[in-house]
Amino acid sequence: MVAGTSGGAGTIDVTRLSAHQCRDLLSAGEISAGELTGAYLERIEAVEDQVRAYLLVDRQGASAAAAAVDAKPLDERLPWEGVPIGLKDIFCVKGMETTCGSRILKGYIPPYDATIIAKLRSAGLIFLGKLNMDEFAMGSSTENSAYQITRNPWDLARVPGGSSGGSAACVAAAEAPWALGTDTGGSIRQPASLCGVVGLKPTYGAVSRYGLVAFASSLDQIGPLTRDVKDAAVLLDIIAGRDPRDSTSTGLTEPAGIPNRMGLDGVRFGVIREFVGEACTPGVREVFSAAVDAISAVGGICEEVSLPSVERGIAAYYLIAPSEASSNLARFDGVRYGHRTTGAEDLYEMYTRTRNEGFGREVKRRIMVGTYALSAGYYDAYYAQAQRTRTLIIQDFATAFERFDYLISPTSPTVAFRIGERIADPLAMYLSDLCTIPVNLAALPAISIPGGFSAGMPVGLQIIGPHFSERGLLDAAHAVEQRLRVNVVPPMGLDKEVG
Amino acid sequence: MTWEAVIGLEIHVQLNTQTKMFCGCRVTFGEPPNTHVCPVCLGHPGVLPVTNERAVEYATRIALALNCRIAERTIFHRKNYFYPDLPKAYQISQYDLPLGLGGFLDIELDDGSSTRVGITRVHMEEDAGKLIHAGGVSGRIEGADYSLVDFNRGGTPLVEIVSEPDIKTPEQARVFLTQLRSLVQQLGVSDVNMEEGSLRCDANVSVRRAGEGLGTKTELKNMNSFRFVHRGLQAEIDRQIRTLEAGGRIVQETIHFDPGTGMVSSLRSKEEAHDYRYFPEPDLTPIELDGAYVERVREELPELPAARKERLVGEYRLPNRDAGILAANKPLGDYFEAVAAVTGDPRSSANWVLGDLSAYLNAEGIEVEASKVGSQALAGLLRLVSEGTLSGKMAKEVFEEMTTTGRSAGDIVQERGLGQISDTTELEAIVARIVAASPGPAEEFRQGRDRVLGFFVGQVMKETRGQANPQMVNDLLRKHLASPDG
Repeated sequence: MVAGTSGGAGTIDVTRLSAHQCRDLLSAGEISAGELTGAYLERIEAVEDQVRAYLLVDRQGASAAAAAVDAKPLDERLPWEGVPIGLKDIFCVKGMETTCGSRILKGYIPPYDATIIAKLRSAGLIFLGKLNMDEFAMGSSTENSAYQITRNPWDLARVPGGSSGGSAACVAAAEAPWALGTDTGGSIRQPASLCGVVGLKPTYGAVSRYGLVAFASSLDQIGPLTRDVKDAAVLLDIIAGRDPRDSTSTGLTEPAGIPNRMGLDGVRFGVIREFVGEACTPGVREVFSAAVDAISAVGGICEEVSLPSVERGIAAYYLIAPSEASSNLARFDGVRYGHRTTGAEDLYEMYTRTRNEGFGREVKRRIMVGTYALSAGYYDAYYAQAQRTRTLIIQDFATAFERFDYLISPTSPTVAFRIGERIADPLAMYLSDLCTIPVNLAALPAISIPGGFSAGMPVGLQIIGPHFSERGLLDAAHAVEQRLRVNVVPPMGLDKEVG
Repeated sequence: MTWEAVIGLEIHVQLNTQTKMFCGCRVTFGEPPNTHVCPVCLGHPGVLPVTNERAVEYATRIALALNCRIAERTIFHRKNYFYPDLPKAYQISQYDLPLGLGGFLDIELDDGSSTRVGITRVHMEEDAGKLIHAGGVSGRIEGADYSLVDFNRGGTPLVEIVSEPDIKTPEQARVFLTQLRSLVQQLGVSDVNMEEGSLRCDANVSVRRAGEGLGTKTELKNMNSFRFVHRGLQAEIDRQIRTLEAGGRIVQETIHFDPGTGMVSSLRSKEEAHDYRYFPEPDLTPIELDGAYVERVREELPELPAARKERLVGEYRLPNRDAGILAANKPLGDYFEAVAAVTGDPRSSANWVLGDLSAYLNAEGIEVEASKVGSQALAGLLRLVSEGTLSGKMAKEVFEEMTTTGRSAGDIVQERGLGQISDTTELEAIVARIVAASPGPAEEFRQGRDRVLGFFVGQVMKETRGQANPQMVNDLLRKHLASPDG
């Protein structure tokens, strides 16, 4: 046994391994599922005070599940059985509190499993716990969580991004080998970029949304946050598939498989002009241009392309997403589950007080914007107009994909910002998702991979593919990843704490 | 100048599919509260709807039977409003791209005329749950201490049918609703029971002086029986006319009909000014109904009233009016055809079904399915008439007894000794005795005084308590009077 759990010299610290490396040790019998899960629980114990990625750590459940795996002979186990995973607190897990980062769902225990949870269960993965997020996935820093501030493992004074900030931070801080998040306007890719991990947003429909607490139904998509591209492909194949419970799900046209491509000879990459100039900080531009050079170095052809409509993406998004959210979040009324105010005199008071007490500022702001945008007399000017803009964005991408295999840009215009820096300025916060939002509006798959560092903070590279191009997209991302060889080992500050 | 009413109806039909509109829970009635619910129809976080294909097919049947154009591409919208019986705080419904548009229904009025009522649209949606207001005296929300919600009904498939304002009287509204109900029943897609709520009717009503433009309309709710539709509309029309004649103004509002008092009252509340913020349901994909699908559904439709009427006229030679009434009421039409098949006499079968039987059903206020006299029992009665066992007059008496006791005509006739005496031997003996007992009048008859025959007939009828077959009595008397010893 080489399963050192203390990270000391001479042993392998399994928490620094990718999920497929963990799997290799498990299937070779070099480590037990109990030891692997135990190592992660210890790591959580050691660093969680500083990172605060988890809203709930299910020590008992995880240990029991690991013990059950260990009771099975090696040759009877499924390929990924016994590998732990962290879950954004937006997925309904039967019997496990699911709050969506909101007070209004405090104490809510779902009576059912989300489809992806059922898939993870049948693949034998072990649930470490639920990860922090912006309330109802509304935010880009995880500061909108009703419960706690999650910190960026690379600099604890900075945000991890959001809304899947807990998922990105826990993978970066080695508190889970991988995690699942959701991406409505960049909520997987932006935190992945800010925390220096890989984040994949699949094509809309590739993964079932059943059991994902809805923010904006036409944009939400579930995806992996991992230490490398290979793990992203593996996790995608576990969770993807058409689901009879989700009419908008289609599954993938082909499995992602195991990416192994090294060269990019003749592959055409369009560099999205609107996302690289003034929009980005110089540090981000520098890392991005080095990444472009790296792609060219392995045979890729990079050319600039303009998608004029994407500059209107944020405006369209901040009408469509709040509109859908205003309706999706109407069910939180205190009647059947979740928070209910006490002492209300009548129904109207029960509704208004329950919702006033249960929702945070950003959620209220978006409910009000969405309610307004859908109102009679404003619908055409706002919601319908935003949908027309969405159509233009879809067309711009389609035109670009006639010339290019993939499109690239920085994932985020900046590196992780300081906690509190943007929370009072919603518009500045919204700009964090400039480069990611149009991808959701066009329902495309996109991945963020670590591209390098600017002043010690990670910078992500976004690669966007045509609909259902996940297999090729992940292959291309793998080639870039192998060329760039960015260090994704968790930051030294945290290691000191582990000692 | 006389007043006239302008009425448009909004009808909700609960479909009798096995499962709910957007989840796999069973559609039920009268089960213990909250026993047919799941995360989807309870609106739990994260759930998604999946459209019940059978419900779409049923709705298509209704739209086709109402002569609507079927949309090639139809979508669901969300209708947003807060209420405890609506778990998601939005109803999945249809808005500007409904399943069916621009149809009509021809209705047969009781005076034999028919009129066409336009159908604006037919669309699909889901039902809400049911509130039970507890602690008060009335069972209504006013004065209740608290309210409970039963979600069994929540998510049941509904079809909403909206008529054009082509209806002019409460009676026409009642007839329209009755015939629409019969039509839907024939399609086999709903129980269409107003008392159980599987058929619900709201009305938009306005009045105007003949020839003038449309008046302000009100929306009339809570008319949960055919009778209440009639009474509620009449009460609201009267109220509007009274108001206008007194120099008042009609306000666009929702009016509640109280079946207890027969009165209408305003339902003023702040929920009045609803903005439902309709927008396309992003959790469902558009439904494409191609020509082949629509044709298949059309081919599977049962015989509809218009076609049946034509057939009843052609096949049974029924008068237009009779055929119209029988075709408009599916169970009554079936009943008639079952009687006619046995008797082989469609004309008298129709007369009985539309005459005595219908009078009995109306008097009892029941539908033909609840009749104590089944089609075979009526056919049995008619056979006794055609065989000459019963006179038409006696048959009416027997029928009346059948409707109270539910017994067969044969049993009643036998027990009460009501059968016509058609037995030649028995009658001949009586005739011979009576002729022999009155030699004087017999002689007069032989002298050529035909009128005397009536005296003898009267004697025979007296003797047989009216049960003798009159034709046979005539024949036998002539024979015996002609030859006294014969």
